[in-house]
Amino acid sequence: MKKILGFAAAIALSLAIVPASAADKLKVGFIYVGPVGDHGWSYQHDQGRKAIEEKFGDQIETTYVEKVAEGPDAERAIERLARKGSKLIFTTSFGFMEPTLKVAKRFPDVKFEHATGYKRSDNVSTYSSRFYEGRYIIGQIAAKQSKSGVAGYIGSFPIPEVVRGINAFMLGAQSVNPDFKLKVVWVNSWFDPGKEADAAKVLIGQGADIITQHTDSTAPLQIAQEQGVHGFGQASNMYAFAEKAQLTAIIDDWASYYVNRTQAVLDGTWKSEDTWGGLNEKMVVMADYTNLPDDVKKMAEETEAKITSGDLHPFQGPITKQDGSVAVKEGETVAVGDLLGMNWYVQGVDDQLPQ
Amino acid sequence: MDATQAVILTIITASTPLLLAAIGELVTERSGVLNLGVEGMMVMGAVCGFAAAYTTGNPYIGILAGVLGGVALSFFFAILTQTLATNQVATGLALTLLGLGLSGLIGESFVGLPGVKLQQLSIPFLSTIPFIGPILFGQDILVYTSIALIFGTTYVLFKTRIGLIIRSVGDNHNSAHALGYNVIAVRYACIMFGGACSGLSGAYLSLAYTPQWIENMTAGRGWVALALVVFSTWLPKRLAIGAYLFGAVWIMGLYVQALGFGIPSQFLSSLPYVVTIIALVIISGNKTLTRVNTPACIGQTFVPDR
Repeated sequence: MKKILGFAAAIALSLAIVPASAADKLKVGFIYVGPVGDHGWSYQHDQGRKAIEEKFGDQIETTYVEKVAEGPDAERAIERLARKGSKLIFTTSFGFMEPTLKVAKRFPDVKFEHATGYKRSDNVSTYSSRFYEGRYIIGQIAAKQSKSGVAGYIGSFPIPEVVRGINAFMLGAQSVNPDFKLKVVWVNSWFDPGKEADAAKVLIGQGADIITQHTDSTAPLQIAQEQGVHGFGQASNMYAFAEKAQLTAIIDDWASYYVNRTQAVLDGTWKSEDTWGGLNEKMVVMADYTNLPDDVKKMAEETEAKITSGDLHPFQGPITKQDGSVAVKEGETVAVGDLLGMNWYVQGVDDQLPQ
Repeated sequence: MDATQAVILTIITASTPLLLAAIGELVTERSGVLNLGVEGMMVMGAVCGFAAAYTTGNPYIGILAGVLGGVALSFFFAILTQTLATNQVATGLALTLLGLGLSGLIGESFVGLPGVKLQQLSIPFLSTIPFIGPILFGQDILVYTSIALIFGTTYVLFKTRIGLIIRSVGDNHNSAHALGYNVIAVRYACIMFGGACSGLSGAYLSLAYTPQWIENMTAGRGWVALALVVFSTWLPKRLAIGAYLFGAVWIMGLYVQALGFGIPSQFLSSLPYVVTIIALVIISGNKTLTRVNTPACIGQTFVPDR
């Protein structure tokens, strides 16, 4: 018994020592909505976490909590991280907005970073990616590569972020082929590999020979490969799953942003900000252009360069809405507010948005 | 491959995992045990199947591993509910949570790896018949297994002595016990049969449906299977009708969307549930028959007096 007690004391002592030596380290916490193993959204955020670990090494210590449901539970999880001494906390889903703000009020000396939200305070920043820039490029590629002139788009939920992606894709495609057709299937889930695969099969069955998706699994791309058509990776590089089918992938790269923000906290220069970065900020990265003829590859690279430099905006006028009304006139671009709350389709999308 | 054929093939792949998991649960419930852990056993089958197939390169070893994964979890459930007499509903729910968590742990190093696909069988001549060839003779082995299980369980449950024992244990465990049948042993066997089928269903997901491992890839299919069992009034053939109807409406919902008629997708997504419930309520309209087929002791704990 004595031995056990002694052992326990040794453990207790060692536990007591660890925080002491870690006291001068910056603790960085992450809250994920999904499992880190989803190979999509949360996986990419976790890659960002690993990137700061690699970059700052001993200077910091990271913790994450995965599969946190959006809602009251999130508040507890965020608060726990703050209580345990995290000084910088990333909450990586839209639904964590209110809980983040509430906890932030109680911990004024902790910095919070909320992904995809729009409410900020003195110690809460927001950040998101301009994924639509990548969607414009893949739209162009789709129009070049499709033989049937029809692409299939697998959507999760008809929210502005997804609608914006569909419109950007369509505008890109129309810049190459004005008669290009787009079929949309909503699966009403961010993540259901089986249903996403079914949707891909149905779209291919109806003549789509390019499949693209705004859902998180690799299943649609695998189906594309199986049936000899092409597609694009979503959120992460899915080349390993479909070497013959993936033309490129729109990668969410949070690494540089996380590194910058961690650096800012270390330097004491952190400020509450709103960041909406795209290709230029390297928050959106295109995977290698594969399975493409040289001229298409060149076109894609040129478009990528133009968007990066700001010479091209995917939502540059003139743009006509689905109902025939004018969205923006020539020489103008869609206003940021309209981009953020987009609830209309551009002309040519073969689907109707639920109003 | 024309569009109709493609749709039919897609319906078969969508229905098979539901059918496999549900048929096992049907047998479990016929013995008087309600195992709400189908989702957990399925996801264990999926991860074990994927891991074994990936490691060995052989999808058939994957299937076997999937079955073992499901059986292992159901054995755990059997120990708790039968030997230790815990509450079946609570234990079943816990089993689902355990399966989801454990599979995530086991599968951690398999995320993001391309899987081994279970190939379709091709029967010489027959599978090259236009249209019906690929549908009837070009499926993978698990699709045929699911069909065989429907006929097999119907036969065993209603035409054999073993089936009679299972049903009597499920209908009145005290009488069955008094007659000298080992209620607990029968239930152990039925629970593990259910686990095997759920594991098979999970393996179908990670080897044939979408050959990859992703956490929580069952996405609620276990719950659909559970519901199908109840609505089929515990009859295997009705279960098959229900599963295929569900799969068909599910796929048609996606099909109609892609045609662009502008029907709200939320409505189409809920349609499989609505249609299947209505259809099964109609075909099981005979109340006497429903009462006869409902296992009277379902969910009740049996503790033999010694």
